[in-house]
Amino acid sequence: MTRRSAVRSESGKLRRVAIVGGGVAGLSATLRLAELGVPVDLFSLVPVRRSHSVVAQGGIAGGDGSGTEADARAFFEETVEAGGFLAHQPPVLGMALAAPEIVDLFDRMGVPFHRTTEGRVDRRRLSGASVARAAFAGATTGQQILYALDEQVRRLEAEPVLDERGLRVPGESLVRKLERWDFLEIVRDDAGTCVGLVAQELVSMDIKAFAYDAVLLATGGPGSIFGKSAYGATSTSAAVAAVVRQGAVYANGEFIQMHPTAVRGANKLHVVSDALRAEGARLWVPAGKTDRRAPREIPEKERDYFLERASPSHGNLASADVATRAILAICLKEERGVFDPDTETNQQAVYLDATHVGQRTLRARLGGAIDTWEKLTGVNVCTTPLQVFPAVSYSMGGLWVDYEAGSGGTIVPLSPRNQATSIPGLYAAGEVEYQYHGANRLGGGSLLSCTYGGLLAAGAIAAYRAAMERSALDLPKSIFEKSQKASEKAYGDLLGRGQEDDAAENPYALSDELGEKMLRDCTAERSDEALDALSAKLEELGERAQKTKALDTSTRANAAVPAMRRLEGAVLLSRVIVASARHRGESRGAHFKPSKPSRDDAAWLKTTLARWQDDAPKVVDAFDASCAGKTISHSSAIDTSLVSVRPSTTEGKA
Amino acid sequence: MAKPEKGPKKIRLKILRQEAPEKKESRRWDTFEVDCTANMTVHEALEKIRRSPVTTEGKTVSPPAWEAACLEDVCGACAMLVNGKVAQACSLRVEEASPKGKPIVLEPLKKFTLERDLVVDRTRVFDGLKRVKAWIALEGTAPRGPGPVVGPDDQAERYALSRCTACGLCLEACPEVRESGRFVGAAAIGQARLFEIHPTGALHSRERTESLMEDGGVADCGKAQNCVEVCPAKVPLIDAIGEMSRATTKRLLFGWLLK
Repeated sequence: MTRRSAVRSESGKLRRVAIVGGGVAGLSATLRLAELGVPVDLFSLVPVRRSHSVVAQGGIAGGDGSGTEADARAFFEETVEAGGFLAHQPPVLGMALAAPEIVDLFDRMGVPFHRTTEGRVDRRRLSGASVARAAFAGATTGQQILYALDEQVRRLEAEPVLDERGLRVPGESLVRKLERWDFLEIVRDDAGTCVGLVAQELVSMDIKAFAYDAVLLATGGPGSIFGKSAYGATSTSAAVAAVVRQGAVYANGEFIQMHPTAVRGANKLHVVSDALRAEGARLWVPAGKTDRRAPREIPEKERDYFLERASPSHGNLASADVATRAILAICLKEERGVFDPDTETNQQAVYLDATHVGQRTLRARLGGAIDTWEKLTGVNVCTTPLQVFPAVSYSMGGLWVDYEAGSGGTIVPLSPRNQATSIPGLYAAGEVEYQYHGANRLGGGSLLSCTYGGLLAAGAIAAYRAAMERSALDLPKSIFEKSQKASEKAYGDLLGRGQEDDAAENPYALSDELGEKMLRDCTAERSDEALDALSAKLEELGERAQKTKALDTSTRANAAVPAMRRLEGAVLLSRVIVASARHRGESRGAHFKPSKPSRDDAAWLKTTLARWQDDAPKVVDAFDASCAGKTISHSSAIDTSLVSVRPSTTEGKA
Repeated sequence: MAKPEKGPKKIRLKILRQEAPEKKESRRWDTFEVDCTANMTVHEALEKIRRSPVTTEGKTVSPPAWEAACLEDVCGACAMLVNGKVAQACSLRVEEASPKGKPIVLEPLKKFTLERDLVVDRTRVFDGLKRVKAWIALEGTAPRGPGPVVGPDDQAERYALSRCTACGLCLEACPEVRESGRFVGAAAIGQARLFEIHPTGALHSRERTESLMEDGGVADCGKAQNCVEVCPAKVPLIDAIGEMSRATTKRLLFGWLLK
């Protein structure tokens, strides 16, 4: 048997793979794939340096610095437990074991982590953690990590592709960036395998189908569906909605994290990192319900440090779900939020107070975040307590992905199953997938899981590509032409839509309506009645979303028409999330039903698996997925082989 | 005389529109009026406009195009000219931009190629980072232990430099930067300095400093100091330019010895 070329297909074409999304997960995968000699096309809505990872603040969980396995095991158990035992345990263990190496890697890339007096990487304790495990750069750690990866990928853009004899392939660079491109959908062959993608360049508006041996989605969280949240403008949920529509299984969609301490800003809600609490900030409300005094005039004994009461073990660093519910209970149930003398009402706000910590310490350890918070909120955290309230900030749920574990639960690093979605040839890493955080994510966990998932996906894709019978680049052109034509037609239809129709709606206004409804009925508390009503409402919004008006008919740099299709995607994904929330008849982690307020392991220690069927979301108990020629049955059962399920010590007390 | 109607305060935004760089005939000013809410930013005003893109003359137009990503002042996407001054739309409050309620004038950055309305092509900023090789020459992602020891003072300087978002405002404000000129600009020089003071980065100091000795390098800085004034992330750009200037001079004088 002749050995197939790793670089060229039978017909002599360069065998590239695609990565969609240039945040921490996508860039980590790019870096490792390039290192493995696999040429990459990197698609991004924005120049990758502007990706949403830039807003991660507190740090990256990376071990306590001892590098011991005991520490990694403790971290693993803490992550699994905080996640309500809903995550499969082997991948979480893999991540915990790799965490110190990942921090070392970023340290070698020159990430300016805060240092100890000896000049080594310093750590801080973030929410839900029992010890200090998060390496940090001020309180803007995501920015520094994203930039280090951006720099590495920029370096690789100048690197040539080498063939198996080590010779340069003329005119080809190892990494090509396609920035300001919008992913539309994957291309599938007759067997249903992902063999490429269709995307649109957002200046020329050209639509093009590309052949790739594999596609990795690293497109982040479902931002646009929760209205005012902590997400930015690029977390559109469009890419994930597109592949769910094409058949990908979505898992644990009901687990949406609210960051407990956010400040209302004009554009959105601004997360104030747990880093501030790690440096000593405390949450409190006045003990007197109608205390009219300014916060600093209220003496110590007339303050209620409610989270320290609710969570004696973790205090102000209780995990996000516990802290969020404590704040909601104070503000909504007990109506004891900060009193506003002007309106004579209790606000939906509690104090986050770091004024006792000292300006110098806060400056040294939080860096640029203090200025950013001041610019956005008008308040200097060093001198004035902030008024905060929870905001949607992260989705634990996401695309279902696989993993392969060997004996003792060790992840097989080069298995093509790792990070593979239910569609063969389509991979996912980062917040877009569901694998690492179960029902609730710990502080410092997102940067870690994005990096680990991205690196793991790269190895899996390289293995998948090496084992391919036939490269996607050798498939008949007609497959791609067909996809391209269909997408072009869909775009053309949108461009002409609603021009003669006075009742055609504004897609941006409709998107606001969606956000308000989802935020009200499908975040911190879910009742089955409200979810049923919401579900009906979403069907209506879905119909209206198909009748929006093209606000712009020009053929260049048209932002309004992509907004129409993104809205349709956002409604679709909202329906999947609502169906998942309706399905789960218990409370666990970030999912809370007042009618079923406790965790029910006997009935619900299982993954929620949802897929799109006959134009509606459907929760399923099992499905088959094939990868690299093998078909495997997957069910909602969870691998809890490494640490036994026990009632959580922090959960449900608040 | 009828009393003025009570209602939310209104603010006008006058926006320079153009469909494409070559379509000069499409250049025009559109004025919109939106309700002013507490702490409203320029970004939010633009969002309001796109929900109902009708000018003050009652004409329905396409929503203005502008860039946005993080919406919290850390990504650099929404840079533009507000009342002739460089700003980031997501963090500039309307009342700051127009304390007396005068119309707010929005224009695209002028030192970059226009794409549409308020969107420009800032590839040039990223090309600058490539030119100065602003990176660590990483051997690979396999475990190699931690990075080198870095003292807290160097870390503090590096952290300040690492806050650069590549928004391009320093290039826009610099009198030495022209659309067709070669000057690499303050952002890239700052990022060169970021790696000069890292022990691994310093191993490749020669090529980095040499890239700044070429045409359009650090010597083109006219010391107007506008860069440091406009930098939204307070990156110590003047210090970085001074340090890199010294490094290039040293190499120019003694480079033959250092090689």
